[in-house]
Formats: sequence, C-alpha cells, structure tokens
Amino acid sequence: MRTLLPRPRPSGPESLWTLFTAPIVWAAHFLICYLSVAVYCAKQERFSIGFDVLRVAVGIATAFALVAILVSAWLAWRQWGFGAHDPPHDEPTQHDRTLFQGFATLLLSGLSFIAVVFVALPVLFMTECLR
Amino acid sequence: MVFGCHPQQRRSAVARIAAVSPLFGCGCAGRQSALDTAGSEADATSLLFWVLVGTGALIWVAVVGLLVYAIRDRRPTWSEDAAGKLILWAGPVFSSTVLFGLLTYALWLMPGLRPATDGALRIEITGSQFWWRVVYHRSAKPPAISANEVRLPVGEPVEFVLRSDDVVHSFWIPSLGGKMDMIPGRTNTLSVLANRAGTYRGACAEFCGTSHALMAFSAVAMMPEDFDRWLATQSRRPASAAAPGQDLFLRHGCGSCHRIDGTEAHGSVGPDLSHLGARETVGAGILPNTEEAIARFISEPDVLKPGTRMPSFRMLPPEEISAIANYLKGLK
Repeated sequence: MRTLLPRPRPSGPESLWTLFTAPIVWAAHFLICYLSVAVYCAKQERFSIGFDVLRVAVGIATAFALVAILVSAWLAWRQWGFGAHDPPHDEPTQHDRTLFQGFATLLLSGLSFIAVVFVALPVLFMTECLR
Repeated sequence: MVFGCHPQQRRSAVARIAAVSPLFGCGCAGRQSALDTAGSEADATSLLFWVLVGTGALIWVAVVGLLVYAIRDRRPTWSEDAAGKLILWAGPVFSSTVLFGLLTYALWLMPGLRPATDGALRIEITGSQFWWRVVYHRSAKPPAISANEVRLPVGEPVEFVLRSDDVVHSFWIPSLGGKMDMIPGRTNTLSVLANRAGTYRGACAEFCGTSHALMAFSAVAMMPEDFDRWLATQSRRPASAAAPGQDLFLRHGCGSCHRIDGTEAHGSVGPDLSHLGARETVGAGILPNTEEAIARFISEPDVLKPGTRMPSFRMLPPEEISAIANYLKGLK
C-alpha cells in the first residue's frame, strides 16, 4: 500500500517569496516616500533640514529600491532559464512550475520598476511643500 | 447676463473653432470656460488638456487602426515571434513611455501653477452655505471686506487664501486658474495671474448642499489703476444719503446678520452689504443687481436659494421691502 509522505516545504527558487520581492520593495518605497514627505510638510517647523534634503533622501531610497528590483529581476531571469524557454509554462511538472514562477517574477519586477519611477517622479519637480 | 454664452468673449482660436456648433460653443467659450482662458494658470491647464486630448486621439486612432487591420479577411499571417514583439512594444513599452511622458509634463507644469506670490495682493475667501466672504489684504492698507464678488488687477499675481466656515466647498474661476478645495479647519492657497481684463464667472465646484449650484460669484479682472481706485472705495464708508430704507433695514433686524460700514449693522453671519449696489450680481451670482432683484431676494430667499440660512421677509409690506432694496442698491 502506498503512503503519501508530506513533501518538504519548498525553498530556494521554488519559494513564493521571490515572486513577492519586487512588489514588496515597491510598497516599501511608496510608504517611505509618501510618509516622509507628509510628516515633513505637516511638522515642517520641527525639522532643521530643508525640503531639498528630503528630495535627495527620496532619490537615494529610489536608487536602492531600483537596484533591489533589478537584482530580483536578474534572479527571475536566471530562474526562467535566461529566456531560453517560451511560455506558456502550463505543464504540471516541476520544471514548468519553476519556469512559470521565474517568468511571473520577471514581469512583476518590470511593473514594480516602472511604479517606483512614477512614485519618485514628483520630487524631481516639487521644490517645496506647497509648490 | 448672469448665465450662458457671451459671443463677444469668444476670442481664442480654439473657442472660435468650437463656436461652429452652438451647443459645443457654449461649452467651450464664454466667461466660465477653462478653454477660453484669461489667466496664465488657466493657459497652462488648457494646454495640458489639449495635449492629453491630442495624445488620447492619436492612441485611439492607432488602436482602432490595428483593430480594423486585425478583422480584415485578407491580412498576411504573422509569425508568432513577430506577434510577440508587437505585443511587447505596443503594449507595455509604448504605454509606459506615453504615461511617463504625460506624467512628466503634468508634474513639470505644477510648480508654475502655484508660483511664489510674496508681497502680492492677498485675497482671503471663506466659503459658507451658499455664499463667499471676501477680504482684500494689501500691504500698508486696511483690509477691505466684500462678498460674492472678486476683483483682481490684470498682470499682477494674486494669492487666494481659501477657508470654509461649514462644509467642504471648492473655489474655481475656470477662465482664470485652477480649482482648489476649501476645507473646514484648513487653509489652502491658490495663485492666479489674470492677463485679460473682463468679467468671468466663478463657482463652487464641490457639492455643498441644496443650493450648491446657486453658489457662484463674479470675478472681475481690471486694469491695475482701475483696481487700485476701486479698492480705495471699498475701504471707505459707502456713499449713501440717509434713506428711509436704512431705518427699516436696522429696525427689522437685518443688521444682526449683515454688516454695513458706518451704520449700526455689524452682523457677520451673512454677506457684508457695505457696497452691494456696486456689485455685478445679487445672491451670490444668481440674479442681476437691480432693485427688483434685491427686493425679491429679501422677500423670498428660501425660494431663490433653498437651504439658505436667511429667513424670508415676505411678511413685510411691499413698500417697505422696496425702500430697503432702494437703500441697498444705493450703497456704492
């Protein structure tokens, strides 16, 4: 009689966490940008730094976020076999699952990259809280 | 004319083209149109609108063109590789690039819509259901109080300081500049630079109650010297000989809600009436400024402006209402 043994938890490339990396970086970057600017502008008199310092800080956070997303995209690209396999990866095999996840992660990384750029764009033009 | 199109004001080329169709023309031209501009901020917003319309039209034509191409009977067969490339370039790459360009353009415009106006004329506007309190502040001069009409000099940046007494209102003079909310407990600012003299219509652009659509005002852009002369008259007591209407006005308690400079009327619940006779309209943009209209407003404000806090005075004899209207029309 065959017994079904529990499969070990997926790790490494099989883990879904790699799929979420880029959107999580996007969400964190969004919160950092919006919260820091909102708090600064609401309590401006309590800070000794100018708005330009905040703009630079948002720029640095953006650079970090974009690098993190690019790393995530490169890992996804690797998982996808560097583009050697064409979608759809819809066979019920371990190989196709890995490729599907790699491809999905790559697309999410692209979306997150564009979103982070769009979120950061306003500080390029806004020079003070009101203008 | 309080409402509608003013053919003589159809000056811009866009408005002239739009005027080909009477209905469309009414929407695009006239004294309450963001497309028939008379201020630099409105110019920028209008240009943004046309850029967006133009870009949207091009994309629409391209998408419909592709659709027509796709449903043709005798179209060549595309390889899977070529079709994949088309989806990649026409889908995510093209969309992101266009959105990036439009977003950058709109953001680039924004600081120019709120230029620094230090030392400029400051006009404080407070929205109330369903009228506007207006106070002019100019350095080294006493503030001048008015209501339901905004006057500003051509060629000089004006800073509007916007507040609300009750609910959320929104201040908008489409021909002159952008729109800004008036939120209870907050102070918002808006700058406007009029570049063409004329009379425009402003309106409340946020639903604020039963008579929201009846909460308007006139915005008069004047040549700077005319404006200075006019502002000086607003700081002075109204030139009006003692009239029987004044006694009636005070005796019937109008002064507990309205203020008239130089009299015992010091109320602040309703609009300041010190120079009512010189204003363009009565009742916050809903009636022409005539004695008959003033008398009608005194008699039945609840009919003309449902939900207003002013009680009706239809119980007064008509001759007394006429005398009060005559007195108020004479306040200039």
